Amino acid sequence: MNAVAKPDVRAQVLSELRAIPSLAVICDDEGLKPFETDAFISHRETPMLAALPETEAEVQAIVRACRRLGVPVVSRGAGTGISGGAIPRRDGVLLVLSKMRRILEVDPKARTAVVEPGVRNLQVSEAAAPYGLFYAPDPSSQLVCSIGGNVAENSGGVHCLKYGLTTHNVLAVRVVDADGDILETGSLALDAPGYDLLAVITGSEGNLGVITRVVTRLVALPERTETLLAAFPNVRQAAEAVGEIIGAGIIPAALEMMDRIVIEACERFMKMGFPPGAEALLLAEVDGGHEEAEASLAAVRAVLERCGATEVRVAADEGERERLWRARKGAFTALATILPDYYTIDGTIPRRCLPEVLEHVFALAAEYGLTVGNVFHAGDGNIHPCIFYDSSKPGDLEKSEEFGGRILERCVEVGGTITGEHGVGLEKLKQMCVQFRAPELAAFHAVKGAFDPDGILNPGKAVPTLKRCAEWGGMHVHHGQVPRPDIPRF
Amino acid sequence: MSDTFIPSLCARVADAAEKKIPLRIRGGGTKDFYGASAKGDACDMAPYAGIVTYEPKELVLTVRAGTPLSQIEQALAAERQMLPFEPPHFGAGATIGGIVATGLSGPRRPYAGAVRDFVLGTRIVNGKGEDLSFGGRVIKNVAGYDVSRLMAGALGTLGVITEISFKVLPRAPVEATLAFEMPEADAITHMNQWAGQPLPLSATAWEHGRLRVRLSGAETAVAAAKKKLGGEELDGASYWHDLREHRLPFFAPGQALWRVSVPQTTQPLSLAAATLVEWGGGLRWVCGEVDALAVRSSAERTGGHATLFRGGDKSVGVFHPLKPAVAKIHRRLKSAFDPAGILNPGRMYDF
Repeated sequence: MNAVAKPDVRAQVLSELRAIPSLAVICDDEGLKPFETDAFISHRETPMLAALPETEAEVQAIVRACRRLGVPVVSRGAGTGISGGAIPRRDGVLLVLSKMRRILEVDPKARTAVVEPGVRNLQVSEAAAPYGLFYAPDPSSQLVCSIGGNVAENSGGVHCLKYGLTTHNVLAVRVVDADGDILETGSLALDAPGYDLLAVITGSEGNLGVITRVVTRLVALPERTETLLAAFPNVRQAAEAVGEIIGAGIIPAALEMMDRIVIEACERFMKMGFPPGAEALLLAEVDGGHEEAEASLAAVRAVLERCGATEVRVAADEGERERLWRARKGAFTALATILPDYYTIDGTIPRRCLPEVLEHVFALAAEYGLTVGNVFHAGDGNIHPCIFYDSSKPGDLEKSEEFGGRILERCVEVGGTITGEHGVGLEKLKQMCVQFRAPELAAFHAVKGAFDPDGILNPGKAVPTLKRCAEWGGMHVHHGQVPRPDIPRF
Repeated sequence: MSDTFIPSLCARVADAAEKKIPLRIRGGGTKDFYGASAKGDACDMAPYAGIVTYEPKELVLTVRAGTPLSQIEQALAAERQMLPFEPPHFGAGATIGGIVATGLSGPRRPYAGAVRDFVLGTRIVNGKGEDLSFGGRVIKNVAGYDVSRLMAGALGTLGVITEISFKVLPRAPVEATLAFEMPEADAITHMNQWAGQPLPLSATAWEHGRLRVRLSGAETAVAAAKKKLGGEELDGASYWHDLREHRLPFFAPGQALWRVSVPQTTQPLSLAAATLVEWGGGLRWVCGEVDALAVRSSAERTGGHATLFRGGDKSVGVFHPLKPAVAKIHRRLKSAFDPAGILNPGRMYDF
């Protein structure tokens, strides 16, 4: 993937980093082994060395040393990203932020938490819970993923339809830029003077700076939560129900869909007792104050029944709520019973296109001879087709990646995006060439240049070079024309 | 018109860049007062108007920058939806492009989010005359840097905004306003306490010894919150409208108006001028002749910032001075998007 650094450069970097008092540096192959990949496990690389800073000052010193020596720096949090954003470079330093893991402050009155980047997502909510507050974004890896990584990826979760993404739930982020300077973006107030640098840092995949401190918003825990599970005889009706719920003026806290493959896997694995013949399940959750949740529950239930649900279950208590969620959260485990390996796709489409795009996904599955299951955030139009393959079978991985790429291209064609919440990383560089034209990609590189003039921060990720897009060739044009020329392309 | 507007805008900007002629981007002109002086040839965006697509069930609206805000509000109201950030018009003819460029949000902001929180995508013409699209028309999208949100509040200095996609939300079926007599410090305490509870708050404001609270939600939810909070119920719709539009008597014409953005729990600022507190304590409007340095340092001590919003002596700088490292990034971004420095130069800072 990238060149091996010259031995003298490596020695120089090592001596500079060793000069930083008390900085932990790993340089032996065995010690570096755990850092070879993140959760995009089909790709791996050994870093030149890894540094584990404990303070912002150490981060500054590392970045300045690497900048001077022209050595790339890749930041890593908990390594749960699934697009390869934290995969190291052979010619670069891996900056592991897991030792910066202090919760510096929880202010219940101001409803904020000040945390270091290595703090785990769920820890923030746990620290806020005694005050009746929580941190809303809840990616499925929330038990282990870190806040720094969440900000870098602008992570979502199952509750972002109502509560927003990471970008809506952080007030301020401190980063060390490529000059080694500290940038304070956002503020403790509701806005900051000048350009909204916080918005640009959030979701920049480690390309614009190293995150050293995050101020998150905390929101009131709901007084009451109601969970419903509805079975539908086909995907189309389930998808229509999603639109109807929103059209009725209700924003559920969560609105998730599972297709037949997933239902059957859950049935085998967990014996949920779903109605036979169900082709799609919708899991809806409404919350808020007692009265608000009660009113929303009645409204959602009415819509589901009107839209042709063959069965609607409402969780009677916390235990039943958990059982219903188990189907959603355990879906991936259940799916693993189908084939050993799966590859999760992450496109977002306008919700009205759900039936059409899912049909296309099934048609492609037949074409490639691969199995695909869908369990996803229907309320957001964020689809997650899981493609099953067997990595021990030669060519199977490549086939699944090509299949995934074609799904994403379809998402772009219907006016959607190639990534709703997982990021581009290394995984979707090719599809970036489909979604954006050369002048837009050039603008992204110009934004990077403003923060990182020499391009030392996580180079080669998130935004493809124009040259690579040209090499991959003409991906933007389908059958001689830009897809859907009637749609302004954004 | 619509087919030729953007190509001709691109040509005009490219030409201006070559000749180094500054352009003053303008919609309805209702926010001409905002920011440092505008200079250059007028670049009129009002003709590029109209709703491109509005799909209520998708919660997504795409509009051209010159579209009158009032037209958008009407279209949304017909579907019982809204722009959740409740933007101020500040006069007839306000355009949506101006709202995004100024980044101004109204009373609902602390409870729903700001302009930037609802921007899903923007189409812009940068300072080189290139037609660029960022973000998208879907609710979740992390492909590429978030340049769309960067445009919100950039005062047109990074690009001429031509089209915007928003996430919109349903309007609450019921609204109510409660009033409480109490001093400023108590009002700030209450605003923060209530915000930490699952209450259907949608606006709060304190002035002249009176705290007003707006509730929005399902009928039963609003009724329960009224019972819980107490106070005196008012017919408040016109108050919130007048607050948003700065038409309350507090906003005395001819006086300097400072917008002081602070952490919501900040104690009353001790400045010798009338204060109106909104945004759950996060926004303090200060009206009258006050020392610019005093306002700025009192904002800065709390971690906030102060803007000379309207009137007064603009030579002190309209916007809060930036820290050197942040200013460095601003200059580089400006030169990346607008290398000739022709888009609204000096409207925000000295670039």
